[in-house]
Amino acid sequence: MQDFVQLWVYLSATPLFGLTATISVYVAAQWAYQRLDHAPWANPVLWTVLALATLLTLTGTPYPTYFSGAQFIHFLLGPAVVALGWPLWQRRQQLRQRGAALLAAALAGGLAAAASAVSIGWALGLPAEVLRSLAPKSVTAPVAMGIAEQLGGIPALAAALAVLTGLVGAISGKYLFNALGISSPAVRGFALGTASHGIGAARAMQVHPDAGAYAGLALGLQVVLASLLMPMLGAWLLR
Amino acid sequence: MTMLQGLALLLLCQSAGEALARLLRVFAGVPLPGPVLGMLGLAALLAWPRLRAPVGSAADALLAHLSLLFVPVGVGVMTHLALISQYGGRMLLALLLSTWVGLVVTALVLRALLPADGA
Repeated sequence: MQDFVQLWVYLSATPLFGLTATISVYVAAQWAYQRLDHAPWANPVLWTVLALATLLTLTGTPYPTYFSGAQFIHFLLGPAVVALGWPLWQRRQQLRQRGAALLAAALAGGLAAAASAVSIGWALGLPAEVLRSLAPKSVTAPVAMGIAEQLGGIPALAAALAVLTGLVGAISGKYLFNALGISSPAVRGFALGTASHGIGAARAMQVHPDAGAYAGLALGLQVVLASLLMPMLGAWLLR
Repeated sequence: MTMLQGLALLLLCQSAGEALARLLRVFAGVPLPGPVLGMLGLAALLAWPRLRAPVGSAADALLAHLSLLFVPVGVGVMTHLALISQYGGRMLLALLLSTWVGLVVTALVLRALLPADGA
């Protein structure tokens, strides 16, 4: 028993622990998600995060220890944003033909999401730094962190809020679209990518190839539009 | 090998993007994140046919597991438990409603503007 405790103390303090735990729990969650026929509530990111947070709490492992291993996965968010250039290039034809409509929808949706988040938060009496971290929540986490920093928010909180937003979209999108009678996979995918970034897009990719392609396109557009417009709008509104 | 070449290209684009982002911020005051500039650079480079196969294989592999990449940040929510216990309900309400507003506005605008075939 003593040996086992020593082994655990050693292993849980190495980067190996965070990396192994993240990937194996995610693989298990992904397996369950497939077994459950991609039910929205079985979202693998949601259950992986919950399981890992529980594991860290129960074993008393501090987050920085976990992150020393998980950072190798976290790092790939940057190259993944670059990789969005590929679906963008693949869909250049659609982008050229429907560019105006897509751009208008991305602008309207992105603005509506950010403005409603900040105004609802403001009406509920949330402090300024939380509001500034809420504004970029529909943009993919690594970019949301940078925008929040420029707005004077808390980058780590912005990233967490972005992940939660992604989950909300991925889990509830289907029911919302069905209730509104929006059936086109392209429109559904584009809305998911615009309002709930990478996690919404990942969901769209699993549901329908058209939806996935448009979600990737929306995700890329939102990243460009938000990182250009939000700091400017923010500087103008907050002064 | 192809995928590794693609990954190298992605990282090179990101590095170039980071360098350009710093220049733009310092000299023009334009705040664009490095990976975003890298993405635009990559899309431009794909005009070169030789790069398409390697970039495609690396990008497809990375984007297929996109949701895994959000897990470390998601677990980080637990480090904000103080803020969450204080404002959690209100933050969640603002988050839920605004995400639905974003989804509905995007979908309705796009449906109104796209030709009737919908696809």
